[in-house]
Amino acid sequence: MHGQNDVVLKVRDLRLYFQTRRGVVQAVDGVDFDLPQNEATVIIGESGCGKTSLAKAILRLLPRNVARYDGEILLSGENIMGLDDESYRREIRWKRISMVPQAAMNALNPVLRIGDQVAEPAIVHMGMDKEEALKSAVRMFEHVGVPVDFLHRYAFELSGGMRQRAALAMSLVTLPDLVILDEPTSALDVLTQANIMNLLKRMKKELETSFILITHDVATSSELADNVAVMYAGQIVEVSDARRFFTAPLHPYSYALMASVPRLRETIEPDFITGQPPSLLDPPTGCRFKDRCKYRFDKCDEDPPMYVQDGERKVRCWLYEDGFVGGLQGKVSQDEITVL
Amino acid sequence: MKSPSFETETAAESNGEPLLQIQDLHIWYELKRFGFGHAGYVRAVDGVTFDLAQGTAIACVGESGCGKSSLMKAIMGLHMPTEGDVVFDDTSLSKTRGDDLRRYRAKIGYIQQDPFGALPPFMTVRQILEEPMIINGVSDKTERMDRIGKVLREVKLTPIADVLPKYPHMLSGGQQQRVVIARAMVMDPKLLVADEPVSMLDASVRVEILRLLRKLQETHNLAVIYITHDLSTVRYFSEYIFVMYAGEIVEFARMDDLLKNPQHPYTLALLEASADPDAKNALTYREVPKGEPPSLVNPPTGCRFHPRCPEFMPGVCDEKVPPSFLTDEEHLVKCWLFE
Repeated sequence: MHGQNDVVLKVRDLRLYFQTRRGVVQAVDGVDFDLPQNEATVIIGESGCGKTSLAKAILRLLPRNVARYDGEILLSGENIMGLDDESYRREIRWKRISMVPQAAMNALNPVLRIGDQVAEPAIVHMGMDKEEALKSAVRMFEHVGVPVDFLHRYAFELSGGMRQRAALAMSLVTLPDLVILDEPTSALDVLTQANIMNLLKRMKKELETSFILITHDVATSSELADNVAVMYAGQIVEVSDARRFFTAPLHPYSYALMASVPRLRETIEPDFITGQPPSLLDPPTGCRFKDRCKYRFDKCDEDPPMYVQDGERKVRCWLYEDGFVGGLQGKVSQDEITVL
Repeated sequence: MKSPSFETETAAESNGEPLLQIQDLHIWYELKRFGFGHAGYVRAVDGVTFDLAQGTAIACVGESGCGKSSLMKAIMGLHMPTEGDVVFDDTSLSKTRGDDLRRYRAKIGYIQQDPFGALPPFMTVRQILEEPMIINGVSDKTERMDRIGKVLREVKLTPIADVLPKYPHMLSGGQQQRVVIARAMVMDPKLLVADEPVSMLDASVRVEILRLLRKLQETHNLAVIYITHDLSTVRYFSEYIFVMYAGEIVEFARMDDLLKNPQHPYTLALLEASADPDAKNALTYREVPKGEPPSLVNPPTGCRFHPRCPEFMPGVCDEKVPPSFLTDEEHLVKCWLFE
């Protein structure tokens, strides 16, 4: 298998545009990131920033109205963008990259037994016979903590948390290299949420799987994150390791997003971001966050490049043009940074 | 057993009576077998008592299925109490019927969880806001338009002329929620019931909506019931808080008191499970009580939390129903640990 620091997924200049009646929607616009083996990368962003489209672009689950779909996706070094649809379906999807879609717990088939559903990917993609596949389903149920006799139940007989676990078992049953989790806990109660996050942490340790976790919830994202990528209006604006990101984010948007999270254990007043994200139909030139940014200056009308700063952190912001001075280049007082 | 009353101390200094009194409220839904035979009850709300004074905000925290929605529906007059009563603004719900019930409901504003689902897609903002006034007999058209202008300014949906002809899908999530709030305010209610008003919204606008609600509450001296499962938002909002589990209130306290000094094992579990953003979270597992909330058809004997409780005392917790113990000024806990 791979060593600890191998890169399992490398995405370069990925673009996914949709054709609509009102014009072309630039949902994913030149995204670059690397995903190290057996680590979890969290993609944080507001609704409509293109994070689900990014997941679908990686898995090539595309609707019919695609206007542009290009870039490079390297899975363990192999460019999977070059594969035709049929070999992609046979070789990659679910076998090497699987996904737990948004609200997966409500996406289970109501007329099939849970066990059969969980075993199905193993039959279809791994060519196992039914008996073998059911055995791996049982193993996966034990991993995710669903009682084995639930194999014979139907989705409506399970609670939300159990259904979410079953959906997770289904994505793991083929032992893929990478699992994409789209908002895995947003529809669940607090205790169930904590349970599922515990489970994901354990899965990451026990299996050699890597995770991409897509979420808008900054607080729960910190439960699993090794790396954080912040997405805004179709672009990735910051990539950082979790430790430094959660103590001092670089991009003004990441900073504002962190400041908007209500805290349970600290008494700081949260703040909100004024205005709205730009339309992806005709995104503004230059920095896409500039209209909502407190630190805007003349340069922001030009497109900012991705700067590599402070070790391996990346940030798409003109403030970092002349090198790294500190979080937000010292424009925020040290006190404000330490409360984060 | 008569449970002690949870009262908010600020209780109407003016006339002595709190605005809303929930008195030993039970909401049970009957289960039918083959459509007519009796097959037991779902005890969604089982003996809930508390008072709410004018101008006070109270937060109701609990997981799905704990009965909080049933409680709210009873307060709004959408369910009739099986036992006990709701007294709102000197009107007893169990004795109210017909037109009186409509007048009762008009004094309560309701803010739904999912703004897009709560707004009819084929009506413009103007029609949506006019509808409650037409139903409740505000017949003067200029008065209706005056009121619409006033609430839209209050929820900061301006310029008004641009907003009025829009359909819900043309607004962003935050703007939709503002329309929902405006609709709840247009009849000038005395009580607002907000059911997870920000859980469907993006993090960046959540705080903005919560502040807006707080401001409305202060300027109109409203009573507000804020229902949520997210403990991290309650501290910015309410004076009092109660935690519900399996149809019962297990802990009731002032907000800061509960956050500083939580007592019931279930409250502790909820607090433990809520995360603040911190990279250290990824390094540890959270302690979560085993199992799942019980069935409300056949709830556990004794304390309803006992099968999941880390402090379970055999022979006590599983046999006797704990009363609410007063552990501190205005702090009530339904747990044998505090006997």
